[in-house]
Amino acid sequence: MTLSLRMAWRNLWRHKRRTWLTATAMIFSNVLLIFMISLQLGSYDMMINNTLQAFSGHLQVQQAGYNDNPKLRTSIPNAQALADRARQALPGFRVTARAAAFALASSEQRSFGIQVTGVQPEFEPGVSTLPGLVSEGRFLQDPDAAEIVIGSVMARNLKVETGDELTLLGSGRDGSFAAGVVTVIGIFDSGSNDMDRSFAEVPLNYFQETFAMDGHGSSIAVSVDNLEQIPAAVTAMENLVRDGNGLVVLDWNALHPGLQQAIKADFASAWFMYGVLIVLVAFSVLNTQLMSVLERTREFGVITALGIKPGKLASLVMLETVLMSAIGLVIGVFLGTLVALYFNTNGFSYPGMEEAAERFNLPGDVYPSVSAIALLLGPVVVFMFCLLASIYPALRLFRLRPVEAMRAV
Amino acid sequence: MAGPSHLPLGAMSVLAWRNLWRNHRRTVIMLLAIAIGVWAMIFMTALMRGMVDQMIKDGIDALPGLVQVHHPDFRDDPSIDHRIPEPGPQLRKDLEASGVTGWTARVRVPAMISSERNSRGVTLLGVDPRGEIALGFDPESIVEGRFLESRDDNGLVVGRKLLERLETRLGKRVVVMSQDPENNIADRGFRVVGVYRAKLSGLEESFVYGGLETVQALLGVPGEVSEIAITGEDYRQVDPLYRQVSGVFGTDPEILQWTELDTYLGMMLKMMDGFVLVWLVVIFLALSFGLVNTLMMAVFERVREIGLMQALGMKPSTILYQILLESLMLLALGLLIGNILAIATILPVRDGIDISSVAEGMEMMGVSSVLYPALKLKDLLMANAVVIVLGILTSLMPAWRASQYRPVEAIAKT
Repeated sequence: MTLSLRMAWRNLWRHKRRTWLTATAMIFSNVLLIFMISLQLGSYDMMINNTLQAFSGHLQVQQAGYNDNPKLRTSIPNAQALADRARQALPGFRVTARAAAFALASSEQRSFGIQVTGVQPEFEPGVSTLPGLVSEGRFLQDPDAAEIVIGSVMARNLKVETGDELTLLGSGRDGSFAAGVVTVIGIFDSGSNDMDRSFAEVPLNYFQETFAMDGHGSSIAVSVDNLEQIPAAVTAMENLVRDGNGLVVLDWNALHPGLQQAIKADFASAWFMYGVLIVLVAFSVLNTQLMSVLERTREFGVITALGIKPGKLASLVMLETVLMSAIGLVIGVFLGTLVALYFNTNGFSYPGMEEAAERFNLPGDVYPSVSAIALLLGPVVVFMFCLLASIYPALRLFRLRPVEAMRAV
Repeated sequence: MAGPSHLPLGAMSVLAWRNLWRNHRRTVIMLLAIAIGVWAMIFMTALMRGMVDQMIKDGIDALPGLVQVHHPDFRDDPSIDHRIPEPGPQLRKDLEASGVTGWTARVRVPAMISSERNSRGVTLLGVDPRGEIALGFDPESIVEGRFLESRDDNGLVVGRKLLERLETRLGKRVVVMSQDPENNIADRGFRVVGVYRAKLSGLEESFVYGGLETVQALLGVPGEVSEIAITGEDYRQVDPLYRQVSGVFGTDPEILQWTELDTYLGMMLKMMDGFVLVWLVVIFLALSFGLVNTLMMAVFERVREIGLMQALGMKPSTILYQILLESLMLLALGLLIGNILAIATILPVRDGIDISSVAEGMEMMGVSSVLYPALKLKDLLMANAVVIVLGILTSLMPAWRASQYRPVEAIAKT
């Protein structure tokens, strides 16, 4: 074995320049793949986290049907009590109860249709980043107070500042007329135009009273520390609501079907590009190995005449490819990791990204993910395809006829 | 290339062609690689172009228009306070005289819509149905009932999704509440006369259409509108249209092009060209290693022959040309196959590729669920130019090396 290894290694360096060129093709595509894949995975994680952490949480308990058609009547009885039980059952996770309705908000000068959400001031900051984005005034504190926190665009459109009063008009859970007067105590600036324009939060108790909720809520949102904990949290929540009145547990995938699909679509189109790149590199290897086999026809003829089996020669050629691909893999992964690490600390951004970022709930800079899968997936696939490409040249050796081969020029 | 010791171009071409096929396996593999690379360049570019085109067209239809005229404060605070007069007879004439293919004046205000069971915040549009259709509202998108018929139509046209949310149906009455310029609540009952379906379902939930004069009467602003939307021939060339519109409206109102109204869309168009070029160059680089390798091998195995030719009086420059000519033939043949392959794969899917399995995800990007590849001559030429120009540049290195052999040493080489 060591003998064939040494032979393969020496054969490789008979044509230094050719070997290096082929290896460089692999290094080039490996570095590119590592950069692209780690960037992609990094941005997916950020997309998921930012979307979920802004408001919805990683999973929610809802009444069946609420997600498709959010109605005030499709609600969870004793929402706060259920949230308390969830907090006990899931120590370490963050849980908050909510209720949401549409209402007409009127200031002295303006009226707009908005979405009002009743939240638990004590627990909401654990699930949603919104309370931390209050740029004027403060977030809700008193669970019963007639106070409201609104988005910056809404504040501008309604022409109100902190301390001003707003009238809310809507209909309650029982279909009755619901009205209340609330004081604006905080204005948040989330960066998402949609949220800043039409989103507002009031204390849950006050909401339940105003909208005749009778202790009901719309959802229980749960936030976890990292995405891997989600299945466990889903199971735990399902156990909790098993016997309860048609309640269901929805993970982020069910809450935001578009998010998963956007990721899938992006991943598929990216793999088309990667595939082309990998096939081109494989062709390069195929050509190199074929040349190296053909130019050694005479030599192989002599060796076979001396009694070496073609299978042995074929494995020698494969071994050469393995060595060459390994050089491409090691150097490629090394350089690619450096690139990924650099951008992982410094962030990566290109022109136009800010516009796109706002659309996908991303910050202006993307930080590539540096994980084993991001760093190795591309290079390993390149490696496999290069081996595949050398099968044809290796197979040709079985058709070698020693006598003719020895006469070949 | 004239000169006593140069070969005539014809002879050189024959030589180059024959040299190419001395090792046909190598040449075929390289040709395949070039063809696949060129195919991927063109096919992928057509898909990306198609996607962005569609996105921009849908985006412009939703705006609507290529150029919009507003009160300077409207975009910051879209209330009825910030309105402009409807174009009078003279302005109309000026507008229609210029290269405008369609225009419409609309009231656009935030409103609250309520059925018996639910209420929602929406954007109420008071429109002239004919103008709206000229600006890209597709009458085919009405799935139930009818579109508005006149400026003083009393009916309301709402999106399918909104109707579901309101738990009401065609023919039922809904109440629309908004605000008049004196800050009083203005409300009115409307009968739902039509239901439309939008390519992007987000739009279905937010826009409701009423007759222009009906809405003006509701808000107490007869003869005044929130915005004037104008469309022209080509979304890529808005500047002439913009200048004409500016000439008509003067500097008082704010006049903006679509690239400024929707910066995301504007950016997509700008980024696209850069993105295509990066894609072409990346694919070419992946190809170039193989190309250099192939040429180097071709030179290497002919060292003796090259030495002999030089000894017989062939100039080094002729050898350089010779190798370049071989490379050029290889590239041209690969390009030919690649182009044919690309066109042959794009034509059968020009009626659209169904990507509805990821529709909701594409909707986040503003893309509808059918993808139409757009093969542009410009992209086709650019792909070919990139391959030829960079290909020749890459071939210079092995060609130059070939021309630098010393005849005596080269002949002696085994």
